[in-house]
Parts: sequence; C-alpha cells; structure tokens
Amino acid sequence: MVEFALPRNSRVRPGRTHEAPPGAKKPRAFKVYRWDPERGENPRLDTYGIDLADCGPMVLDALIKIKDEVDATLTFRRSCREGICGSCAMNIDGTNTLACTKPISDVKGAVRVYPLPHMPVVKDLVPDLSVAYAQYASIEPWLKAESPAPERERLQKPEDRARLDGLWECILCFCCTTSCPSYWWTGDRYLGPAVLLQAYRWIADSRDARTDERLDQLEDPFRLYRCHTIMNCTKTCPKDLNPAKAIAEIKKLMVARR
Amino acid sequence: MGQPRRSLRAFPGWVRGLGSAGEGTAHWWAQRLTAIALVPLTVWFVASLAALAGADHDAVTQWLASPLVAVLMVVLLVATFHHAQLGLQVVIEDYVHHEGLKTVGIVVVKFAALGLGLVSVFAALKVTLGG
Repeated sequence: MVEFALPRNSRVRPGRTHEAPPGAKKPRAFKVYRWDPERGENPRLDTYGIDLADCGPMVLDALIKIKDEVDATLTFRRSCREGICGSCAMNIDGTNTLACTKPISDVKGAVRVYPLPHMPVVKDLVPDLSVAYAQYASIEPWLKAESPAPERERLQKPEDRARLDGLWECILCFCCTTSCPSYWWTGDRYLGPAVLLQAYRWIADSRDARTDERLDQLEDPFRLYRCHTIMNCTKTCPKDLNPAKAIAEIKKLMVARR
Repeated sequence: MGQPRRSLRAFPGWVRGLGSAGEGTAHWWAQRLTAIALVPLTVWFVASLAALAGADHDAVTQWLASPLVAVLMVVLLVATFHHAQLGLQVVIEDYVHHEGLKTVGIVVVKFAALGLGLVSVFAALKVTLGG
C-alpha cells in the first residue's frame, strides 16, 4: 500500500542551531534538512542564522555562504547558478524550485530547505535521481529521422520549429516529477511529467519519423495514464513550462490514432 | 521504491519492466465520455426527483413508465456504474501496490458494478414494462 506517513527512520528531528553573527543587520533563519548516510541517525533540521545584508539575493547564495563560512559539511548540488543546469533543484518554502533562481525575498520568515520530495536521499539536499534518469533514457530522447543524414542541419519550417517552444526549454531538473503525487505513489511504473514532456518534445518534432513507435511505447495504464491532471507539475516548474499540457497533447494523439 | 540500488547502466532494463501494455486509451476515453454524459443526466435526474417531491408511489411509477424517462433512466444507470468501476479501478491501481490484493480488488469492483448495474436496470425496466 501507499505510505502516507514517513517511516520511523525518516522522521525529521530538530537539529543544531547556528546563530546569526552578532551585529547582523538583516538576520534570517534558514532551516535546512540534513541527513548523513554514514551516521545511521534520523534526518534533522539545522537552523542557520544568515545576515542577508552580507549575502547574495538567491537561496543558493545563502546555501553557498553557509557551506563556505558556517558549516562545510552541508551537501548540495549546484553548478551554473543561472537556472540552466537544473542541479540545485530542491524544495524551498514548500515548493520545488531552483535554489539559484529563487529570491530569498520571496520567502516570508524562516527559509525551509528540503531535498526534492519522495526520492531516496543520497545526502542532505542531494536526491537519488537514478530511476528518473533511466526513465528518461527509456523514451529514447534523440532524433530518429527517416532520410539519410544531410550535410548540414535538418531544416524545419518556422511554424514546425515553433511547436517545440515550451518543450525544448526543459532542463530536466525533475522539480515537476517530484511534485507529482501520482509519481510519489507509482513512480516505479509512471514516467512522470518531466519524462512525458520530453517524450512529447520528440513526438512534436517535425523531423522525427518515429511518432508511431513513441506512442506505442507510452500507451500503458501506468507509463502515461497515471497522470490524473493534478497540475502540480505546471504549478511548480521553475522554467514556467506546462508539462500537464504536453501530457494532454499525448493523450489527444492516443485518441486520434484509434 | 523498494528496489536495490543498481548502476545507472543497468537501470533501463528494469525501468522497461514487462513493456508497454499497449492499452489504457479506451479506458481513459470511456471515463471521459461517461463523465460528460453524466453531467446532463444527473441534472435531469435530480431536477426530476425534486419535481416529484411529495408524490405518491403511483405517480412515481407512472413517471418512470414513460418511454423517454425509462430510456434516460437506463442510460443514467449504465453510465453511472460504468464510470464508477472505471474510476475505482484507477484508485485501486494508484494506492494498492500488492499485485494479488490489487487484482482481487479490481475484480470485486467490476463484478459489483456489473451486478448492481444489472439489478438496477432490471428494476427500472420492470416498472416500465411490467406495470
């Protein structure tokens, strides 16, 4: 059965508190999920006092400041710091988003930072996305064209290219997939919004000649039809994309080809 | 997810599982169609019951005996039980992960919907035809 409560060994306990430096002009508390697989302890919520007057504007700036100046054991992924790599996807103030593009000023009171929900945790804010990556690989996310490779790139009409807008911008941060209750309950068989949006990205591509096979692979009560149009995916997407619409387009094609 | 960790390379085979079932569209489409049909049918049914409030047994059976009402009633009953079993199947698939329990649950729901649907359609027709 689905588990609605956290297992005993996953319950989050209060952790350590690191006070803001004395004389801080704009102190703000960051409550950060901590879990170390080597300690065999329950996860805990550590509190870090940060002076926002001496910190960059984004949540990632504060996390980097914590790691640099307060607690070097804090573990998280980050790379581009401009919302294009998807590495720093995490749950901030109850919403999945990218720490690098989430302004601290958007959050009222203490800033709560957790890893992406319902994924195994590797350490602290680092989730294990192996299954999601494998699901992405399973949709064969590459161009399958009929004609032999041309000398230069395959050209598209501007209107065909326009059909990929809202799809190509996906950076595979998996904020949407890990916000989806259907993926929480049946993530071993449901592909989830990120992977389905990517599947539609290739279905919608005028240069791809394997739409039939792609739809065959998706036509399944679990892979596709676990989507119940909950719309958490669209609400949480840090790139303002609409995975729910992409999934609806796939469902429309499934009916159209009957 | 209860699966032991494996290398990234080994994952796709496991993710593919038993492969695509190649179905689900008919189920999804039937659920939408019955939902759309049930909107006007339910409004009609509730409005009719409200209009019949306080009526005696003879008046209600007379109402049900008219051909249009009888047909609408049968359509309402079929759509309701069909929609209910489609929806409950999805709920069970979502929340019950034990294969055996899941199969038993779905079979019970389908048989119950079929049985209750047949009994109610038969009852409606009996009033209409039997007098």
